[in-house]
Amino acid sequence: MSVDLMDFDEVLARFDPVLGLEVHVELNTASKMFCGCANQFGSVPNTNTCPVCLGLPGSLPVVNAKAIESAIRIGLALGCQISPRCRFARKNYFYPDMTKDFQTSQYDEPIAFDGLVELEVDGEVFAIEIERAHMEEDAGKLVHAGGTTGRIGDAEYSLVDYNRAGTPLVEIVTRPIYGTGAKAPAVAKAYVSFLRDLMLALGVSDVRMEQGSLRCDANVSLMPKGATELGLRTETKNVNSLRSIESALHYEIQRQGAVLAAGGKVHQETRHWHEEGYTTPGRSKATAEDYRYFPEPDLVPVAPSQDWVDELRDTLPEPPHQRRARLQGEWGFTDLELQDVVNAGALEVIEATVAAGAAPASARKWWLSELARRANEAAIELSDLAITPAQVAAVQQLVAAGTINDKLARQVIEAVLAGEGEPDQIVASRGLAVVSDDGALSAAVERAIAANPDVAAKIRDGKVQAAGALIGAVMKEMRGQADAGRVRELILAQLG
Amino acid sequence: MALTASEVARLGELARIRLTEAEVAQLAPQLDVILQAVASVSEVVGEDIPPTSHALDLTNVFRADVVTPSLPPEAVLAAAPAVEDGRFRVPRILGEQQ
Repeated sequence: MSVDLMDFDEVLARFDPVLGLEVHVELNTASKMFCGCANQFGSVPNTNTCPVCLGLPGSLPVVNAKAIESAIRIGLALGCQISPRCRFARKNYFYPDMTKDFQTSQYDEPIAFDGLVELEVDGEVFAIEIERAHMEEDAGKLVHAGGTTGRIGDAEYSLVDYNRAGTPLVEIVTRPIYGTGAKAPAVAKAYVSFLRDLMLALGVSDVRMEQGSLRCDANVSLMPKGATELGLRTETKNVNSLRSIESALHYEIQRQGAVLAAGGKVHQETRHWHEEGYTTPGRSKATAEDYRYFPEPDLVPVAPSQDWVDELRDTLPEPPHQRRARLQGEWGFTDLELQDVVNAGALEVIEATVAAGAAPASARKWWLSELARRANEAAIELSDLAITPAQVAAVQQLVAAGTINDKLARQVIEAVLAGEGEPDQIVASRGLAVVSDDGALSAAVERAIAANPDVAAKIRDGKVQAAGALIGAVMKEMRGQADAGRVRELILAQLG
Repeated sequence: MALTASEVARLGELARIRLTEAEVAQLAPQLDVILQAVASVSEVVGEDIPPTSHALDLTNVFRADVVTPSLPPEAVLAAAPAVEDGRFRVPRILGEQQ
């Protein structure tokens, strides 16, 4: 790619980036937006389709009540007002992934509008104004075939799977975001990350960016320092991870900076992000008039009553960032520790484990090490492991009481995962409790000393660190069922 | 405001209807008459009458979020001009450089 890029800091010295973020959230309803076909990712192509989502003549859409409910809850969680009456609209354009030749969307009457999100990025708080959150449907999925790159440009033809057509979407649109400066890419990433957490907490979407159930179109323009008029913007699509959002914006800011510095003009266009680290021009942006929006005649208006909205407001969860701050305080975790927990998706299981009586640090240790490893091996979520937070708490309580040590605890966990029952039953049935009988331990220590006279001599000479070899020998004889700390005490007592 | 020939040509393009210059010249004044007729409605309605988009005075017509059987894929694909790998095969999409 022979595209000129300007040094990022140099761009920032001359221009202020202005962001605009459009996030599409696929709702996790059981059925589609306007028909009863399953809303399911990964099905055999074209098996979840019917006359409505195929746009066959004479078919009529009916709105999924659950999708409206989710859209209202999303709006409320973003601090939006909920429209007392709004309509769907047809957005007309031709594209093979769209069966009806129009997308059923909302235009001038979004279900939710005027929201506000406050984000903290590196200690600085940014207020992100939400212009609107509106309902619409997703399109089918295209595969480009016959070329060498799998991209549309050199494809000989394309293949369409309409399973995704008609999946309920909520599109969340920000107002222009000013004043983020060099943090623009980081703010965009933090915003999408915030939305992802919020949607998960609301339980309205799977928000899997790699599967497209959360998609971000990142708009950015550059405004010369001191100017008041917005520059021409580009909209970058195909940013399928949080990291890509940051990289794509970083790239676009550098690219636009170079264009403007050379006296050129930024083309207002859609650009396509490539994971290799650059954007290329895509579809030239149609104007709103070109879409010839008009009210959808096949759907009557949606008019949520104040009672319904209030009822839904009562179902809103504690906002994720507040919840995290609260739990961090309660658990005494450092920022880094909490970040690890969040990244591992372990917040819920640790909360439940602590609620079942485990110390927070112990709960974190088990879920982020032994159990994370096993979940990772099985490629499943922590919560899908065959062990409950209560069982993990029970294991930890056995350790705290001195009944078992960490090594035995791992065996107990393995047995729980294998379906052998509750932790205390397993300790009893497998005979896993540590030997706390000093008589038996002392005898084993004496045998270890007798078998390793050289080591024993070193310890007598004050080389206490040599005790490790003897502890190992004793633990081996006790088949691991001893408290290593106690064994060390006994060795030093005998040789001291 | 009269509908211009270039607007008609643009609408034809957006609707994927190929129009000759003669057709555009013929259609523009005809469509203009239709638009004027519709526009005359606004002369009789006041500010207090919202535009009608539906003949029915209904709101909130919803269905429960329940999955119902889909069509068998053979039936779905039967109407397709071309099929490959259980998908609709469509011609090359032009005008994009992704």
